[in-house]
Amino acid sequence: MSTSLSLILAAAAMIGCGVYLILERSLTRVLVGLVMLGNGVNLLFLISSGPAGRAPIVGGGDGAMSDPLPQALVLTAIVISLATTAFILAMAYRSWQLTGGDNVQDDVEDAAIRRLALTDQASDSFDLSRQGDADDDLDVPEEEGRPA
Amino acid sequence: MLVLVVSHFVGAALAPSLVRALGRRAFLVLALVPACAFGWAVAQTSTVADGGVEYAVTGWVPALNLDLAFALGSLQWVMMLIVTGIGALVLFYCTWYFSDDEPGLTAFAGHFVAFAGAMLGLVLADDLLVLYVFWELTTVFSYLLIGHDPTKRASRAAGMQALIVTTFGGLAMLVGILLIGLEAGTFRISEILADPPVGTTVTVAVVLLLLGAISKSALFPFHFWLPGAMAAPTPVSAYLHAAAMVKAGVYLVALLAPAFADVPGWHGILLSLGLITMLLGGWRSLRQLDIKLLLAYGTVSQLGFLLVIVGVGTRSAALAGVAMLGAHALFKSVLFLVVGIVDRQTGTRDLRRLSGVGRSAPALAAVALLAGASMAALPPFTGFVAKESVYAALIGVARDGDGTGIGPVAGWTLLIGVVLGSALTVAYTARFLWGTFATKAGVPPTEVRPIRTEFLAAPALLATLSVVLGFLGGPESRMIAPYADQFPPSEHHAQLALWHGPGLALGLSVVSLALGLLLFWRRELVALVQAALSPSSWSTEHAYLSLMRRVDRTAVEVTGLTQRGSVAIYLSVILSVLVLLPGAALVDAIGGPHDVVLWDSPGQLVVAVVIVVAAVLTVRSRRRLKAVLLLGVTGYGSATLFLLHGAPDLALTQVLVETVSLVVFVLVMRRLPEYFTDRPLTRSRYWRIAIGALVAAAVAGFMIVSTGARTETPVSAAFPREAVAFGGGRNIVNVTLVDIRAWDTMGEIAVLVAAATGVASLVFIGSRTAIIKRVADFTPKVPSDRPASAPGRPVWLPGGRTLAPERRSIIFEVITRLVFHTIVVFSIYLLFSGHNNPGGGFAAGLVTGLALVVRYLAGGRYELDEAAPVDAGALMGLGLFVATGSGLAPLAFGGTVLQSAVVDLHLPLLGDLHLVTSVFFDVGVYLVVVGLLLDLLRSLGAGIDRHIRDEESESEPAPDSGVPA
Repeated sequence: MSTSLSLILAAAAMIGCGVYLILERSLTRVLVGLVMLGNGVNLLFLISSGPAGRAPIVGGGDGAMSDPLPQALVLTAIVISLATTAFILAMAYRSWQLTGGDNVQDDVEDAAIRRLALTDQASDSFDLSRQGDADDDLDVPEEEGRPA
Repeated sequence: MLVLVVSHFVGAALAPSLVRALGRRAFLVLALVPACAFGWAVAQTSTVADGGVEYAVTGWVPALNLDLAFALGSLQWVMMLIVTGIGALVLFYCTWYFSDDEPGLTAFAGHFVAFAGAMLGLVLADDLLVLYVFWELTTVFSYLLIGHDPTKRASRAAGMQALIVTTFGGLAMLVGILLIGLEAGTFRISEILADPPVGTTVTVAVVLLLLGAISKSALFPFHFWLPGAMAAPTPVSAYLHAAAMVKAGVYLVALLAPAFADVPGWHGILLSLGLITMLLGGWRSLRQLDIKLLLAYGTVSQLGFLLVIVGVGTRSAALAGVAMLGAHALFKSVLFLVVGIVDRQTGTRDLRRLSGVGRSAPALAAVALLAGASMAALPPFTGFVAKESVYAALIGVARDGDGTGIGPVAGWTLLIGVVLGSALTVAYTARFLWGTFATKAGVPPTEVRPIRTEFLAAPALLATLSVVLGFLGGPESRMIAPYADQFPPSEHHAQLALWHGPGLALGLSVVSLALGLLLFWRRELVALVQAALSPSSWSTEHAYLSLMRRVDRTAVEVTGLTQRGSVAIYLSVILSVLVLLPGAALVDAIGGPHDVVLWDSPGQLVVAVVIVVAAVLTVRSRRRLKAVLLLGVTGYGSATLFLLHGAPDLALTQVLVETVSLVVFVLVMRRLPEYFTDRPLTRSRYWRIAIGALVAAAVAGFMIVSTGARTETPVSAAFPREAVAFGGGRNIVNVTLVDIRAWDTMGEIAVLVAAATGVASLVFIGSRTAIIKRVADFTPKVPSDRPASAPGRPVWLPGGRTLAPERRSIIFEVITRLVFHTIVVFSIYLLFSGHNNPGGGFAAGLVTGLALVVRYLAGGRYELDEAAPVDAGALMGLGLFVATGSGLAPLAFGGTVLQSAVVDLHLPLLGDLHLVTSVFFDVGVYLVVVGLLLDLLRSLGAGIDRHIRDEESESEPAPDSGVPA
């Protein structure tokens, strides 16, 4: 099974550039990267399906046919990517409506946990469940010999 | 026996509705459940006395050899009487303990009965795994019962603490159970006892089992959870923390002692920890000011004592241990119930504030006195009888080991320790009775509300039993004998009796009593010593708390380190793993066989170079639109490569999708800033470049290696024949979509509908879809200076009138008018010819969608509604319906889902018609895709148009022209 190096070159270029773009913060760039990555991966299907041939239509001529199965898979992938594109664009638009930009923000809760970690504190839920000395409604068992 | 256990859980399920209907009187009904079980156990008395064992086995998971096996022998019989009898009485007591408006009473009743059921299952189980299941069930229900009042932090913390400690032990126990089961080849307890396995594995397993037992029975160093659990309502303390759950560990040790008492570590762990716990619990008990906590520490002490005596493993110790177990359950539950009454009727449990309670409630005091006397081992109570036999058994061990292998030093230490522990027991019993009932100088008499007879009935009955049982030593020994006989015979003949005659045992009883009374008499001095020795800076409880804090801190640190909250970082990690792991394997494999040519046709290389250039330029572009256009170049390039590869369907779809994508991009981009955010070049940029390059290189490597990897014929080799024979079509890709892999397509169109719905709901935040507004609904804000088009005077596009003149393009309108219908007809052709030629539902839907795009771009949103006056959601729904219907239809004709049939008809005039039923499926796909595009145009096109218009009319309150867009 011989494979075309040109196809591999094109796929690798699209995947590499796509990866670079999805690591960005701008949602539009992430989307562009995602679509490009998808195009590259679609080519991979083609590469792995073997050499080029004539169209997979019965009775459409002589010679070896190209493999139809990966083509069917890629066809659904292409249409799905359209739906994904539209959805992410709608998200970018909504983000622009709300914040005036389409940058992907870091998770606020995660940042709060990082702050706790930096200041060497325990989690909020721990403070709620522990039995400590600073408790408001906990009557510490009194014992003889221990000042209440 | 299974019925008895299950009936508890049924009762628990019914409990909430019963409580709602009857209020607190529901406890009277619920008490019948354990009472029935108690009655059944009583009926088995003669069988058990004769040494018989009742078995009941029900299959549960045959594949795992796991059965619901239950057994009732002598030990189980004693435990069952305790669990069910005291359970029934405590439920009875609950009727008067709670008021009807107690919050959470419904849940409490359910949890309590369920706990009783789990406890019953635990003592009856004859399978270690079944025992473990019930064991953990008691843990869970005890957590729920301790945390009865979830609004109090103390009860939440106590419940959690008990849960963590006992579950920790339980997990260790599970490992032990599995090890023993594997060694013995069975999990059936009766079989293991009959033929105990030996070896190092078994030693480890037994130690793990003991870990579970000592955590459940609150032995040092796990003892702290039991006093904490006193946050629970008093009936819970009386049942769980005196009679039932904490006895589970004692029961387990007693159950396994005949088989494993001589395993190394058994005596060392149980006797030392038990003794420490007995002394520590008694000592701390003397410090308590809360009478409930006093009892709790007393219980800790007694549990240590019980584990010592059942852990010794001689016949006389076994007899004494089980007798002590029963005696303790009787007197300790009475005392807890008394505390509950005192708490309810006086409102305090502080022994510094209680005074003169004995005088105002003499009956209550009498009941407490009976139980207390049994606890202090005064004759003629059952506590005394049991303790006498304990002393006798331990004297036997101290003198010559009694077959246990315990040396004289250890034996005498044990005996002295137990005597000291008993002295402490006497002292804290005295402290309890004095603290609760005595009239104290300088303390005003406590007001006691009158106590109903029924409230006192349960403790009074149990206290009476403490006396009666004291005189029934003979029958009691006979009942316990079948259990004790599992051990080799002792030197002396063990028998429970009130009077053994003068001897060392009686002497020790007198000594411990005297010592205890001395401790109580000099309590001021004891308090001073306590204060001096008070280990307030360090205790196992502090150790537990600091451990919990450390666990939480570690969790915070680990979470803070790994959960960065940044998508880019997560993706980098995933992609780095891709490069590092499979990539490392690649280094090895790249030298293997592969088969690469430069190109299939020279055109491929040209297109590839264009794609590479466009991709790199996309990355470098700072304008949004430029990036999107360059992305389009790579997309069209891919389409060309598809075509060159021999995939016309793909090429067609790719071109169409790329075009629609461009339109959608532009529709949204008009609202977003022209440039990407200007950011300084940071180091992270080089990281991203590196990751991108490495991933690209790795992928290229995989592809080159994969060329040499295929050894089998492709699965699609048979597709051409089957496509014609079964699918009735010559375009194999299309037949694959609508027939061979139709389920995939089915899923995909569902995804399309979901995505379209998502888009619409992001744009139309308030409602699902825009209202369809046709041209006739349009009213210009400012009357046009030109007369509206008169009827009969055709315009190129009706919607054009709704646009501002400067936004119209007549040429575009003319062309649209000319090509629209042609495009639609072409798409219908693609739809129906797709089965045999390039085309199909997807491509046809996209072409129709493009026709709509053209109408929208030329004539605005009114024109779009003019072209397609239907709801996009309805269209997609119809599409899904048609596709599903055509998939299900073959069922009606005896076929399978999504099966195709070929119908050849001869129609006059039209000629032969070759009809394949899967074309209906394709029509469904077509409708969904058209609906998707219509939805995108409505939301991202017309919807955003409206947003723009709303903003403009806000910023310009007085519009100078009729600009409706």
